[in-house]
Amino acid sequence: MTNHNKKMQIQIANEYKNENYRQTVWRRFKHHKLAGISLIVLVLLCSAALLAPWIAPYPPDEIVGSFASAPSKDFWLGTDQIGRDVFSRLLYAMRISLLVGLMATLISTVIGVLLGLIAGYFGGVIDMVIMRFTDMIMSFPYILLVLVAASIFKPGLWTIILILGFVDWPGIARLVRGNVLNLRESNFVKSSIVAGMPLRHILFSEILPNTVAPILVYATSVVALSILDEAALSFLGMGVQPPTASLGNMLNGAQSLTVLTKQPWLWVPPGFLIIIVVIAINFIGDALRDALDPTTRKEK
Amino acid sequence: MIKYIMKRILIAIPVLIGITVIDYAIMCMAGSPLEMMQGPRISEAAVEAKEIALGLDKPFYIQYFVWLGQLLQGNLGYSMKSFLPVGTMIAEHIGPTLLLMGVSMLVGLLLAVPAGIYSAVHQYSKGDYSIVTLSFLGSSIPGFFLSLLLIYLFTIKLGWLPSSGMMTLGTEGGFIDIVQHMIMPVLVLAVSMAGTNIRYIRSAMLEILQADYIRTARAKGIGRFLVVHKHALRNALIPIVTVIGMQIPMLFGGAVVIEQVFSWPGLGLMTLSAITSRDYPVIMGVCLLSAVVVLIGNLLTDILYAVVDPTIQMQ
Repeated sequence: MTNHNKKMQIQIANEYKNENYRQTVWRRFKHHKLAGISLIVLVLLCSAALLAPWIAPYPPDEIVGSFASAPSKDFWLGTDQIGRDVFSRLLYAMRISLLVGLMATLISTVIGVLLGLIAGYFGGVIDMVIMRFTDMIMSFPYILLVLVAASIFKPGLWTIILILGFVDWPGIARLVRGNVLNLRESNFVKSSIVAGMPLRHILFSEILPNTVAPILVYATSVVALSILDEAALSFLGMGVQPPTASLGNMLNGAQSLTVLTKQPWLWVPPGFLIIIVVIAINFIGDALRDALDPTTRKEK
Repeated sequence: MIKYIMKRILIAIPVLIGITVIDYAIMCMAGSPLEMMQGPRISEAAVEAKEIALGLDKPFYIQYFVWLGQLLQGNLGYSMKSFLPVGTMIAEHIGPTLLLMGVSMLVGLLLAVPAGIYSAVHQYSKGDYSIVTLSFLGSSIPGFFLSLLLIYLFTIKLGWLPSSGMMTLGTEGGFIDIVQHMIMPVLVLAVSMAGTNIRYIRSAMLEILQADYIRTARAKGIGRFLVVHKHALRNALIPIVTVIGMQIPMLFGGAVVIEQVFSWPGLGLMTLSAITSRDYPVIMGVCLLSAVVVLIGNLLTDILYAVVDPTIQMQ
């Protein structure tokens, strides 16, 4: 860090002296225009998904119209091959896809954080064993591992969530371990060790809060990836099983040539919805990275 | 240097052993192949005879060592469907996959490296914003959906490109035919790779451009072109090496889905049909092979790192 930068930082620090950390993060987050738009879009989509039982014009799994009819006044996005309303199914599918993304991320984050904390803090043999195990899991191509697991266990919503959760953690474990290694050398942790503070306090009340920001940023990308993976798995017929709709298995029909050529309303909307959700999450993650990073240089 | 390489190899060995154990354990969890052959027309005695013939009556760890011993002799087992040796099946299918992966990686890098560097050099310009936004789009599109869009556009609407296979059926193929079949799958894989890599290379390059030696080079007044192309680019090799290393597992995975969509006759298509028909020896062989390839890839990346940045050996 050069002298000039330091001066600027002091100047900025004085300027925003009266705001707390949360306000700083929010101010920086708003800088990122695309992330702001993404946040609004995501909130809208999430509320539509949550309110699906009230918004959806028809029950999602019931036959309510003729086979594969084009979008019309009654069926905004047409009906599928067996006469279910595509728009209603889309709303429910979004629920499922978001649920998979969030739950899988929650599971993998908990596993990754615990293993990373233990490996980084204790070091030595424990660290070596955990990190080698992480290496092993990371060596298997991710999708292949998920596919094999999906073929072994009975496919279904919770199977997918558990599989993605149990396969996704190595990245977070590595990240947390690296941060813990740095924090362990910091004076406040050393002083707590010397003071004989209980281990639980050091790990969860001192080290963990200081590494929450990078975990949060990483977790947003895991949510996006999990949604993409669920879509790919369900597209291949190994994910969420019909009649339950997910964004991926709604695209499954597009493997047939008739659907692909003659009934675009069946596969175009879920596809674009996946893109919109994933890109919104990615933009938000990017803005969070800039906003949460205390050393960020992007001040204007 | 040799000491560094040796150390890396020594670290890789337990990981390799662990991979074989995990691979074997997963397959055992998958259930016994005997269940598959059970039916009204097969007697219990036949099942038992098969169990002994396959060595499934022995405890888990003995089965593992028998399997490992066979493996070391180059025997990956036999497919339960076609009864061909798994090794032969893999050898037959790996060519198209390697071709697809290699070309995709090359195209992905050709897209990502110039874009990432341009973006970093012109930080906060309109070009930078468009490149970063596009790269987000690239990494947010599901590969199979992009494939569907491309097939819809180029095969169905325009009729320019074939949508499945590696060569036109009934012909010898030939260079141009294969290239035509490759364009769409390569594009899909390259786009998803470039999406992630552009941002990675951009931020790595930004860090390099703020280093002291770049300021010195600037201060000498040798001009922006020389600074970027001679001083900064050479150091940008490090992030590029990282990117190549990160790509290998991603490519293997991406290829499974993309090969399925485009019916590309490679390892991915073979694996997926093995997965649907529960042909465990084949699945196991492919998993093991890809894990080993990834491991070797990581090892090579580590060594390449040390070549590009000699200070790494000291750490």
